[in-house]
Amino acid sequence: MVRRAGKEASRLPKKKIGFYWASACGGCEVAVLDIDENILKVAELADIFMWPVAMDYKFSDLEAMKDGEFDAVFFNGAIRNDEEEHLANLFRKKSKVLVAFGACSCFGGIPSLANLYSIGDLLNRAYLEAPSNDNPDKILPQPKFSVEEGEITIPTMYNRVKTLNQVVDVDYYIPGCPPTPEQITDAVLTLLTKAPPEKGHFFAGEKTLCDTCEREKSDKSITEFKRLHLTPPEEIDNTKCLLEQGIICLGPITRSGCDNRCINANMPCRGCFGPAPYVSDMGAKFISALGSIEAADDEETAKKMAEQFYDPAGTLYRFTLSLSLLRGNIKTEERTE
Amino acid sequence: MKRYTIDPITRLEGHGKIEIFVDDNYQVKRAYLQVPEFRGFEKFCVGRPVEEMPRITCRICGVCPPAHHTASTKAADAVYKVEIPPLAKKLRELAYSAYYFSDHTLHIYALGGPDFVLGPKAPKAQRNILGVIQKVGLEVGKEVIKNRGYGQRILTIFGGKGVHPIYGVPGGISKGLTKEERDEIIAMSDSMLEFAKFTQKLIEDVVLKNKEYMDIILAEENTMPTYYVGLVDENNYVNFYDGKVRVVDQEGKEFAKFTPPEYLNHIAERTEQWSYLKFPYLKNVGWKGFSAGKDSGIYRVAPLARLNVADGMATPLAQAEYEKMYDTLGGKPAHQTFAYHWARAIEQLYAAELLHKLIREDDITGDEIRVVPTETPSEGVGIVEACRGTLIHHYKTDENGIITDVNLIVATVQNNAAMCMSLTDMARYIMDGKKRDFDEGDLNMIEMAFRAYDPCMACGTHSLPGEMPLEVNIRSWDTGDILKSITRGLD
Repeated sequence: MVRRAGKEASRLPKKKIGFYWASACGGCEVAVLDIDENILKVAELADIFMWPVAMDYKFSDLEAMKDGEFDAVFFNGAIRNDEEEHLANLFRKKSKVLVAFGACSCFGGIPSLANLYSIGDLLNRAYLEAPSNDNPDKILPQPKFSVEEGEITIPTMYNRVKTLNQVVDVDYYIPGCPPTPEQITDAVLTLLTKAPPEKGHFFAGEKTLCDTCEREKSDKSITEFKRLHLTPPEEIDNTKCLLEQGIICLGPITRSGCDNRCINANMPCRGCFGPAPYVSDMGAKFISALGSIEAADDEETAKKMAEQFYDPAGTLYRFTLSLSLLRGNIKTEERTE
Repeated sequence: MKRYTIDPITRLEGHGKIEIFVDDNYQVKRAYLQVPEFRGFEKFCVGRPVEEMPRITCRICGVCPPAHHTASTKAADAVYKVEIPPLAKKLRELAYSAYYFSDHTLHIYALGGPDFVLGPKAPKAQRNILGVIQKVGLEVGKEVIKNRGYGQRILTIFGGKGVHPIYGVPGGISKGLTKEERDEIIAMSDSMLEFAKFTQKLIEDVVLKNKEYMDIILAEENTMPTYYVGLVDENNYVNFYDGKVRVVDQEGKEFAKFTPPEYLNHIAERTEQWSYLKFPYLKNVGWKGFSAGKDSGIYRVAPLARLNVADGMATPLAQAEYEKMYDTLGGKPAHQTFAYHWARAIEQLYAAELLHKLIREDDITGDEIRVVPTETPSEGVGIVEACRGTLIHHYKTDENGIITDVNLIVATVQNNAAMCMSLTDMARYIMDGKKRDFDEGDLNMIEMAFRAYDPCMACGTHSLPGEMPLEVNIRSWDTGDILKSITRGLD
């Protein structure tokens, strides 16, 4: 497929694409480099005009572009401040196609775990409570600072981390933390050389991870949850379903397309591809899925299993808190005491 | 007053903006490096099970996820006071060497390298990895991509994926190597070692033989005598994965040496009202403002610092390059900021040699890769050397191993004060008494000053972002004497 795309390139006018990052770790940018030699094919098909990790174009270059000048922009990272929202709008305006790239942009990702706390909690921890702090006057940083030469500002942080499509219209989605090299190559080359897919298309699988998992499954009931590191290696059969062995795995509710990479490394799924098709809220769906496979018929077993499931919010919504029905934002007062 | 804005700063990991103020007499007044991002890991990790931390904290940084993953796994080991099997340690170290090779290769060829291979003032559209490939030729370019990809491939063998690995668990790792995987890595390791040797040659040909570059590297403005911090093994050789933290002074004398749980006795972080980013310094020297020298607690971390704190490299080829570097730069420790690039290349060679050696050890495909912790979890500190410097993860948990406290001192933050000073130094070096405006190429040269450190602003903003303060010395045009020293927020 890749080779054919390369040949078609010579007949097509050169396109223009961009990559940008908002509230993210940069791993999506590295994932683009991980398509290895295919990046040279992409560069044959399109000029990469904005890509801060690798290229020197500045915002002034972006602002000078015509509306719709980009054929596609791949935008990774969640939205958590006004600068990021401004850039999301700017890229939307400058690009024919806007793609939410990676779990943060699609669902909030790991940064959206911050929605479990308020901004005030985060500030206090960083500046007042951390044990290495030397801050006797209990100083907190101020968002605006007047220097002798003028005022310099930094963005205003929102109280909640948002997905890209909670602030602008999004055409396509490439889920994953990060997306796989095959997925990225497929998405970029499809958008550059083929008829556009239907709006809202996910460049990923259309099944659940369980459907693609090669581990052996039975109808075995689970009556307890175990933690992998506290279970002796000889008690875990790595040819068999982890969930059936009591290791919490989000395979039943997570979208396929990741090549089962964590499971093949003997670790359970944490849902970075987001909800499977027809699943809207991962936590609600998992609890109901559990109901169909566990044998916790009696109240005592159910109670025991609930106690063995540490941190359901941080596990079931590991990558999707911004998207969830809960949306996080549990107040501090409610958490302490 | 003129204001030059570089937004965003580029060819680094994460977000940043630089504002440079130059007065009407073309004196560089001040430069500000602002980081407009914030995430808050130290807070939102509270409540998570400790064994999940290696899978959560790697998302602090997508360029160095194995560093956070490994520091976190070591902290989780320490929380359970569990001694991991020797093979697990060897395999973690093997994967870690692959990460180092890959990450350093990325910086040498794609982030920092384009400034040297293409020239600091090459057209903006060319100053990047694609430009480098065009310049060095497709054949060499493909070698760069292939060998960097090998590092990522090895991480994928261990952890399912190159970015955000998952193999670390308290007590060991989740997956060992099959014989087929070993053979695949052996073949890759030969190529990686040859490529690392090629990199040394490239540095020699492109940089060391170029007078213009050597002038920049050796310029007094770009030389900064600070303390240095890094991990060393029992022989005081550079070690990325484990060991004690050694601190040396401006003459290279050992100032302190400590184990991970002792870090709070040695490192403190200063907060200022005018900056979101904290400023780590050596507690036993004290914070004396933005200055180098013996009386200032400012220290540096990352490749040059690691080489400066060590007595040598544990592998022969890297040791030879190590000696050559110090001979060329006039002895140890080296204070030239741009020598960071050279030290990075030497570490790339060391990583390739170590990987080459470890993968050939007899027991490498063994089964003893994990033990079950038996102690009640409580508190632990894990320290590794990330590519960008010493990385500290410190966790406290309840008796079920649920996180109650997290403290992170990440690599890049420790270079903050030094980076601020280096940016100012570079702006001054470029202006050099000439009464003119900065052009686009000049501004890129100013960016080169932070690129030497290979900063990772995503790491830096695990807690909160903000502006970094700067001190600017106004010097006489004629004599170079300091007429006025401007420091922000310091008395």
